[in-house]
Amino acid sequence: MSNTSYCPNTPEEIREMLGVIGVTTVEELFGAIPADLRTRSFYLPPGMSEFEMTRHVSSLAEQHPRDIANFIGGGYYDHLIPAVVDHLAGRAEFYTAYTPYQPECSQGTLQALFEYQTAICRLTGMEVANASLYDGATAMAEAAMMAMRVTDRDKVVIDGCVSPFYRQVVRSYLANLSVEIVDIPPRGGIIDRPGFASAVDERTAVIIVQNPNFFGSLDDLGDLAELAHAKGALLAASVYPVSLGLVTSPGEMGVDIVTGDGQSLGNPLSFGGPSFGFIATGKKHIRNLPGRIIGETVDREGRRGFVLTLQAREQHIKRHKATSNICSNQSLCALRGLFFLVSLGREGFAELARLNYDKAEYAKSVFAKLPGVTVLNPGTTFNEFTLALPKDAGPVVERLLAKKIAAGVPLGEWYPEMRNCLTVTVTEKRTKAEIDTFAHKLEWQACK
Amino acid sequence: MQMIYEISRPGRRGARLPLSDVPPAPALPENLLRREAPLLPEVSELEMVRHYTNLSRRNFSVDTHFYPLGSCTMKYNPKSLENVSGLFASAHPMTAFLPGGDSLVQGALELLDGLGKLLAEITGMAEVCTHPLAGAHGEMTGIMLIAAYHRAKGKRKRYVIVPDSSHGTNPASAAMQGYEIITVPTAPYGDMDLELFKEAMNDEVAAVMMTCPNTLGLFNPHVAEICDIAHEHGALVYCDGANLNAILGRVRPGDVGFDVIHLNLHKTFATPHGGGGPGSGPVGVKRGLIPFLPTPRIALRANGTYGLQIDRDRPQSIGRIASFFGNFGVMVRAYAYIMMLGREGLIQVSEQAVLNANYILARLKPHYDLPYDQHCMHECVFSAGRQLKQGVHAIDIAKYLIDRGFHPPTVYFPLNVKEAIMIEPTETESKETMDAFIEAMIDAAEIAERNPEELRQAPRTTPVSRLDETKAAREQNVCLA
Amino acid sequence: MTETYYSKEHEWVRVKDGIACIGITSYAANQLGDITYVELPRVGKGVKQFGELCSIESVKAASDIFAPVSGKVVKVNEALEETPEIVNESAEDAGWLAWIEMADLKELGNLMNFEGYDEYLRGLE
Repeated sequence: MSNTSYCPNTPEEIREMLGVIGVTTVEELFGAIPADLRTRSFYLPPGMSEFEMTRHVSSLAEQHPRDIANFIGGGYYDHLIPAVVDHLAGRAEFYTAYTPYQPECSQGTLQALFEYQTAICRLTGMEVANASLYDGATAMAEAAMMAMRVTDRDKVVIDGCVSPFYRQVVRSYLANLSVEIVDIPPRGGIIDRPGFASAVDERTAVIIVQNPNFFGSLDDLGDLAELAHAKGALLAASVYPVSLGLVTSPGEMGVDIVTGDGQSLGNPLSFGGPSFGFIATGKKHIRNLPGRIIGETVDREGRRGFVLTLQAREQHIKRHKATSNICSNQSLCALRGLFFLVSLGREGFAELARLNYDKAEYAKSVFAKLPGVTVLNPGTTFNEFTLALPKDAGPVVERLLAKKIAAGVPLGEWYPEMRNCLTVTVTEKRTKAEIDTFAHKLEWQACK
Repeated sequence: MQMIYEISRPGRRGARLPLSDVPPAPALPENLLRREAPLLPEVSELEMVRHYTNLSRRNFSVDTHFYPLGSCTMKYNPKSLENVSGLFASAHPMTAFLPGGDSLVQGALELLDGLGKLLAEITGMAEVCTHPLAGAHGEMTGIMLIAAYHRAKGKRKRYVIVPDSSHGTNPASAAMQGYEIITVPTAPYGDMDLELFKEAMNDEVAAVMMTCPNTLGLFNPHVAEICDIAHEHGALVYCDGANLNAILGRVRPGDVGFDVIHLNLHKTFATPHGGGGPGSGPVGVKRGLIPFLPTPRIALRANGTYGLQIDRDRPQSIGRIASFFGNFGVMVRAYAYIMMLGREGLIQVSEQAVLNANYILARLKPHYDLPYDQHCMHECVFSAGRQLKQGVHAIDIAKYLIDRGFHPPTVYFPLNVKEAIMIEPTETESKETMDAFIEAMIDAAEIAERNPEELRQAPRTTPVSRLDETKAAREQNVCLA
Repeated sequence: MTETYYSKEHEWVRVKDGIACIGITSYAANQLGDITYVELPRVGKGVKQFGELCSIESVKAASDIFAPVSGKVVKVNEALEETPEIVNESAEDAGWLAWIEMADLKELGNLMNFEGYDEYLRGLE
């Protein structure tokens, strides 16, 4: 028997165990399975050593070019990750543990997640946060459902400037429920305030926005919060975590439920996952938060410790009446986020936000000078902005990709009236030289 | 132990960022400019490393302790998987959506397609979608697929049937999608009562959700019949694949009659549990449900390259359930694991998993009540009923095991067993390790007879002991002020 | 002395002038363990006998509480919002949950009296 499956027991030990059980073969232990249910086909390749496996997976990874200059965002961002993040997340005690159901032997995970919750509260300016959700898109869907529970209403008004992917996920989640979802199309690339004013009423549970929005525009949400609250509705906003080092916190703006994707915080692009979703809200809504929450307490000697708390909300207790079905979250990714934030620290994180802002503003100023190119965003942007090109953006992007530049997200696919528009992302990883080269090549491809 | 915020000192820095090579931009408008940088910790890198390294040492984990958490399949995570997962770190998912972009990510698309096909073969399903980001997410996706299927037939069904032993995510997922739950009790033979199921079944049931083998570690002898009855009434049957470790290579839920299944890659396919995620919960379906699968769907073109199907061509899809393709980094590991083990290795997994669980069952049977006295599959469920007579609860036995250097088994699940203790050793544990665990369990039973108070004092070797969960729930301190 | 009636789901009822004061019994409170939250019913809510009234949470469980009589909720014990532990300390007195304006006094016939409930409890053990 070849030992490729990490089963340590020798044939002798196996014989001994069978003897203790009182059978002669392992096959007898499967006696409860009727013969006609045994598998008819199991055509899998033969196994291989770890060396051959590594060679095989490497050959797949090598097909991806490494030297593309990433100016794309669309929900996932190319940020620096300090080495210490990989190192600490690579501690086996963190990554080979499971959900901290037995707190006495899980204080590592529990305290780290409590520190993470605290970090999210401080970034967002909110009172309470949970220990993570799956990603930014599902977090937004959970926020919608949470708001419907809190207000006991069934209408959701969502801004068309929210990522099309996120809006699609919210729709899928709510498709089987009797919920009215109203999309308010963008007005000039930002929130259509008159549109919202007429759509929001006493049946509205929540207004959902994204800040900065899919086009990169930053908005002051204070008046939207007032609009929502005047009708007894909540305001939910999906925010970009790196921006929170520089931009007013959503809590200060009056947002009731803050969500977002933590990929930018120490989680590699990795072709789309894993990352984590974060959610934060006011203390009065804590019972309606989905997912795991870590709480502080003391043990019987009065020593401080941490536990999973308010579990009565969750599926393993409330079952069909739970706030959500979520069980596993994205614990290790949330820890990576924490390590990222701690590594940069208060000053470093603010500096990171500043770097992103400055680089994007520089790029914007350079592109704005290109003949026939205009910047669509009417006001402030953070790290993403949208250009209107003299021609269809799709083919431009394709030609630039061949020149090793991922130029941005062409919007025509999701906003048919914006076929010539391109949303460009600039992070701290992009150098001035890369930006200048991009501008030069963009001019050649789009403006001539 | 202090929190990172408590060892923070203003002015301390960790990683340095590159200096800016562009001119500073004009300040943000007043109303958008944050007045104060967020109160993140200020520590040196050494302090940070020491803090979290020491914190990690307060965890029990598979790499440090035997971790027989029933239903969680805490098997060893091979380190070669960690190496390969990083190979795609810089692959941007949006590239696949750019015109001409898919030609730059063929490797990733091929891996996803390959994994889907392997999982389809393993489960006996026609196609697998990799998008769900965890098992529960897969369950919800499966329910959404079932709902879409009925809607396409012009039917609006009301109910979902679950056994009372089901994992809470089953009814929670169905309820989240608007269904009413009918719960069927477990029969004395250890699985959903067939007669009561027949009574509960009607034409308004959308789905029956079962775990196979079930959460008691038993294979339902009537499972095929239940699938048939459900189909006769126009309902679909959902398989919670969390316990797949017991039947790899031996039974394929698709062959049994299940229409939809979700898998837990972080259980069966050896990807690390991460302290509570990230997991991955791919969903497999029979042919009739393929049109409803989430978007985007990877397709192999005639010219042998991979691309994404256009949404317009898939009008019946339930839409997006996650932003991109799922937890790709987790899936690379699962793919690598399946490649390494291959056909024979996977078959060996279920054999050894079942052998190990039955060994523990046989040796502990004289000391603990066994609610279902038969061979188990990959996990065995005992009850601390006998010990309860001395005033000792399952939780006390669990806490004692911590002092003996073992992560406790799952306790108080499934709900239909009083003082349940669910033990799943997995195939990667040696007889030696299991013998040490068995000795500790036998000692616990003996101490329960002789001096129950000793168990109630446990654990004594950990930094904290018997935390006040009531206080935590009442005070709700979830964030340092 | 107002008579107390009991339901199989361990709720108690005391009626005065057509208003029923209701709560859970000490037995139920003990079964739940340390109560962490009482989700009180909305004032004005209409309830049916043995229908869902509200729920009570402890650390490990969430229990549905059923209305022992039909009618309309006219008052709730707001003290329980801040101090749910009162239900543990005094389930059948200070830990009352709500007052219900009764729809039909005859419904009391569907409940048990003190001796009946006592016998019922002994049967459960």
